[in-house]
Amino acid sequence: MSEFLSTNIPKFTSAFSAIAIFFIVFGVIFTIAGRANGRKARPIALVIFLGPALLLLLAGVVIPGIRTILFSFMNPDSNGWVGFANYKWMTQDPNVKIIMINTILWVLVVPLFTAALGLLLAVMLDRIKHESIPKSLLFMPMAISFVGASIIFKFVYEYNEPGDVQIGLLSAIVKFFGLTPSDWMLSKPLNTFLLMIIYVWTQMGFGMVILSAAIKGVPADIVEASALDGAHGWRLFRNITFPMVKGTFIVVLATGVVGALKVFDIVRTMTGGNFSTNVLANEMYSQTFVQFDQGKGSALAVVLFLLVAPILIYNIKSLRKERTH
Amino acid sequence: MAKKLAVHNPGRKIFSSKIAAIVVWAVTIVWTIPTIGLLVTSFKTDKNILDQAWWTSLLHPSFTLASYKGVLFGDGTQSLSTGVLPYFVNSIVITLPATIFPIAIATMAAYALAWIRFRGSDFLFFSIFALQVVPLQMALIPLLLLFTGGAHIGSITIFPALGIAGKFAGIWLPHTMFALPLAIYLLHNFIAGLPRDLMEAAHVDGANHFTVFRRIVLPLSIPGIASIAIFQFLWVWNDLLVALTFASGTEEVAPLNNKLASLVGQYGSGYTQLSAGAFITIAIPLIVFFSLQRYFVRGLLAGSVK
Repeated sequence: MSEFLSTNIPKFTSAFSAIAIFFIVFGVIFTIAGRANGRKARPIALVIFLGPALLLLLAGVVIPGIRTILFSFMNPDSNGWVGFANYKWMTQDPNVKIIMINTILWVLVVPLFTAALGLLLAVMLDRIKHESIPKSLLFMPMAISFVGASIIFKFVYEYNEPGDVQIGLLSAIVKFFGLTPSDWMLSKPLNTFLLMIIYVWTQMGFGMVILSAAIKGVPADIVEASALDGAHGWRLFRNITFPMVKGTFIVVLATGVVGALKVFDIVRTMTGGNFSTNVLANEMYSQTFVQFDQGKGSALAVVLFLLVAPILIYNIKSLRKERTH
Repeated sequence: MAKKLAVHNPGRKIFSSKIAAIVVWAVTIVWTIPTIGLLVTSFKTDKNILDQAWWTSLLHPSFTLASYKGVLFGDGTQSLSTGVLPYFVNSIVITLPATIFPIAIATMAAYALAWIRFRGSDFLFFSIFALQVVPLQMALIPLLLLFTGGAHIGSITIFPALGIAGKFAGIWLPHTMFALPLAIYLLHNFIAGLPRDLMEAAHVDGANHFTVFRRIVLPLSIPGIASIAIFQFLWVWNDLLVALTFASGTEEVAPLNNKLASLVGQYGSGYTQLSAGAFITIAIPLIVFFSLQRYFVRGLLAGSVK
């Protein structure tokens, strides 16, 4: 116990002293800079308020981003140019082909399921009493890490030899229906879809909650007016509710696409990218930190960035539109 | 008012409320079962974990805290020699500063972008917003190189090696950097919406930007700051990629999530105690989630709905 304390108390001390120093430094700067007045006051305030953020963004995002682009044209140790060799490797390597197919599958399946299921539940939640309890429970997985969620599903997907007791829920259900369970994580291409379920399980609540808020925001008089015109059920949803929440639905879809492109933790925890389940973000990590090939790792990161970019442009455009209104 | 109208309005019935209730509750049960399975499994005995399904265990209860004891304090096996308690401490030590630093810096930046007019402020705001979608992966390698070797142009050192790789500061810093684009964007939405009269009145009374920030902006922004802080807290606590890259996996600095991921590949006791380990890891986020759900949802909405 005393050994535990002696190694861990200093950790807390370092965290709390870092926080204290941070606030003391800014407190002192605020006090000194607050004395400046006249013409210099505004530029000084700007530098102090904006400076730290800009510096950190420059050093932590902008410059590293540019360097990663440069590294993608260099050798594994980033000390010699290799032209497009790392990108050529991507087009020729059979493993990368599997990775690309899987990544495309993730992008096609996951956002649609997450958003559609979220919308369905949001619409239905709007119709029931005591919606807060199911809403909380459906939303709860969002607070769980992908690693935690993967372990939860590892027990669901657990498989034993046919003669033994099946302790995994999926295997037990399959057995109950008289079928033979298989070692799920080894069965391709099913395994990739089983990994997607984990993602949908954690992220569906996000779509549900924000779509639910959007549905509540549909003005009641519009609904009323169209009801008087005879719109009911599906027609009301298609003609009134859905068009009103379409913007939010697209936001949920776009968020899903970005998430699916970047999926890493689930694949790393469940299969380590083996058994044909590998995806872009996991291969980027493996190339860089397992194979120690910074060139290929950087090239994969750049591809990831290029895939995310169109969504970024779309988001900026809709934000600009929003701002001018 | 709007809600009341809607409830009494038969035209709003897309699905009858009975069908809706059945579907919602059915999905809720399906959604909750995996977590319950993990919880039940974590209280089973070592032997039962491997050869008794958890729903069977519910009918023949024989529960124990052995897994929790083993996973927290160590069970003498190679994978869990010292238990996960030190990693739990690391998670707290990583998460607190990695939440406070970016939120504080982002609040200041958001204030400047919203209330100190200068040429190019709109452009700057959109540039920062755009950085949001630069994936983490784009920055990992160069940042790690910066921490270990500094920055050089040719043989000239323009930035010395920080020597913080594998230390807590080496994890706080990347988290702070990566959190800024989204945090500035969300806080800007919030702070820009504060009443203009209030700011102008304060400036007329002779208050400078620092006073306005501390006396007016900070107190009024607490709800917004709280929602974003909860988000950042969960993001850091649940992170794996930054921890894997910058924490080197050791007991000195690696967080719980990192340790948990490394236990997955183990068999034997490392495997049976996985459920207890997982539950310890997700306990803190779940407590935060259930106690501060309102702020959590508000943070989400601020980010995505007009």
